[in-house]
Amino acid sequence: MDLSLAPMGERDHEMIEPIFLAEAAVNGILLGGVLALLALGLNLIFGVLDIVWIAYVDLVMLCMYVVYFLVMVYGWPVWLGGLGGLAFGVLLGIAVHLLIITPILSSPPINQLLATGGLLFFIQSFATFLWTTDHRSVRLTLPIIEVGGMFLSFARLVAFVLSILAVIGLYLFLTRTFIGTAIRAVSQDRGAMALMGASPQRVYIVTSAVGGAMAGIAGALLSIQYSVHPYFGAAFGPITFMICVLGGLGNMVGAFVAAFILSEIISIGGVIWSTEMGYVIAFVIFIVMMFLRPGGIFARRE
Amino acid sequence: MLEVRNVTAGYAHFTALWDVSLRVDAGEAVAVVGPNGAGKTTLLRVISGVIPPRSGGLAFEGRSLAGRPAHEIVAHGIAHVPEGRRLFPALTVADNLKMGAFLPRARRAYGESLERVYALFPVLAERRQQRAGSLSGAEQQMLALGRALMSRPKLILLDEPSMGLAPVMVLRVFDLIRKVRAEGYTILVVEQNVRQVLKLVDRAYLLEVGRIKMEGRADELSEQEFVRKAYVGL
Repeated sequence: MDLSLAPMGERDHEMIEPIFLAEAAVNGILLGGVLALLALGLNLIFGVLDIVWIAYVDLVMLCMYVVYFLVMVYGWPVWLGGLGGLAFGVLLGIAVHLLIITPILSSPPINQLLATGGLLFFIQSFATFLWTTDHRSVRLTLPIIEVGGMFLSFARLVAFVLSILAVIGLYLFLTRTFIGTAIRAVSQDRGAMALMGASPQRVYIVTSAVGGAMAGIAGALLSIQYSVHPYFGAAFGPITFMICVLGGLGNMVGAFVAAFILSEIISIGGVIWSTEMGYVIAFVIFIVMMFLRPGGIFARRE
Repeated sequence: MLEVRNVTAGYAHFTALWDVSLRVDAGEAVAVVGPNGAGKTTLLRVISGVIPPRSGGLAFEGRSLAGRPAHEIVAHGIAHVPEGRRLFPALTVADNLKMGAFLPRARRAYGESLERVYALFPVLAERRQQRAGSLSGAEQQMLALGRALMSRPKLILLDEPSMGLAPVMVLRVFDLIRKVRAEGYTILVVEQNVRQVLKLVDRAYLLEVGRIKMEGRADELSEQEFVRKAYVGL
C-alpha cells in the first residue's frame, strides 16, 4: 500500500542525523540572506511604483555576467568586480525606469506586466545571443569551514554577512534620510508627497536606483556561489516573487521574514527528501497561505 | 498675494469651476464656502497645482503659476492641507513632519521649524514616535497643519479641516486654525461649516455649482443670508 512513496522511501527521514538537519537549517538561513535582498529590492520598487518588475532577477543575472567578465576576463579582484556589479545594477535600475517604466506609468496594469515581462524575454534572448547558454562561474577557491560538526561554505557565509549588511544599509537609508523617508511616504500616498514638494519622478528614479543597487549586490553575492547562464532568472525569479507575495507585496518586513521561512523550507526539505521536494513543499505552503492570508503573512486585518 | 483670474477647470468630462476669480492679500484669512459639489476642493487643487486650469490665470506674489506641477508650487510658498488630511498613516508623527520639510529651503530650517510646530501643538511632541494613523481625528488635523507649517509657507490652503469630526472636535480644530492664524500666516480655507468659519476669517466667497455667487467681508455679510445661500442655494 505504500507504493506511492516508494521512490523516496529509500531515505527514511527518521534516520537523518540531527547534525544534518542543523546544517540544513544554517544553510537555509544563509540562503535566506540573499533571497531577502532580492525580495526587498523588488518589493521596494513595487511599493513605490505599484509596478512589478517581472524581469528583476534577469537584471540580477546581467549583473552576474558583469561580475564574471570583470573578474574572469579583465582580471579585477573579486571585491572590485562586485562593486562593478553594484554600480552596473544602479545604472540598470535607472535605465529600466527611464526607458521602460516611465512611458507606461499611467497604463493599465496588464500593459505594465506585459512590458516588464517582455523585458524578461528580451534579456534572456539577448544574453543567449551574446554569451550562449554556457554556464560561467567566477572561480574562487574559498574553503569549506567546519563549525561544530557542520560543514559550511565560506562563500555562502560571506554572501550572507554582506546581504545582511546591505539590508541594514537599506533600512537605515529608508528610515534615516529625507529621500528614504520620502520613498516610504510615496508608497503610502503618492499625491500627498507631491504636495510636500517632492517631484514624483525624482523619487521614482532614486527608488529604481536603490532597487537596482540591491539587484547588483545580490548579483555579486550570487556569482560567488552559483554559475551564471541566461536562464538564471528562471531559477531564482519564481521564489523571489513568492517571497514578496508571501510577505505582502510592498511590505518590507514581511518580505524579509518570508525570505527566511521559504529558504528554511527549501533547505530542510532538501535534506529530508530532495531539493525538488523542498521546492514542492515551499510552493504548497505558499498556495495554502494565499488562501488563508491573501494579503501576506503580515497583512493587517481590517 | 494670490490672484485667481477667470479660472475654468475640471476633470475629464466634467467642468467643476467656471470663470472663477478671487484674491487673497498677505496676512488675510479668506474662506470659500458653499454646498457639497460646488467646486471648492477643485479650486484649491488648481491653486496648488494638483490639476491644471483649463483656462484662466493664477499668480502668486506677482509670478504666474498656472499649469506648474504641485511640487514646484509648494516651493513658491503655498502649502496645501488636502481634503481628508492625507497623512502618511504608517509613518510616525515625527516622520510626517519631516516630510513637510522636504523642500531644500525648508530642510535647512528643519530643526527650528520642528521646535515651532511642537511649541504650537504640544500634543504632537508627546506623540512624535506614534504612527500618524493611530491619532484621533482632531490630532490628525493638527498633524496635517503642522506638516504644512514645516514647509515654511506664506499661504496655507485648508480643505474642509472640520470634515469627518465630531462637533466638539470641530470647535477644537477651528481653535487650531486660529492659533496658526495668530502666527501671521495667510490662510485660504474651504469649508461647509459656514457659521464657524465666518467667525475665523476676514473675507469670504460663496461658491455655487462652480461659480462665485457672493463675496464680501465676513462681518458685513449677513450671516443669515450667507448661511442660507451656502446650504440651500436660495
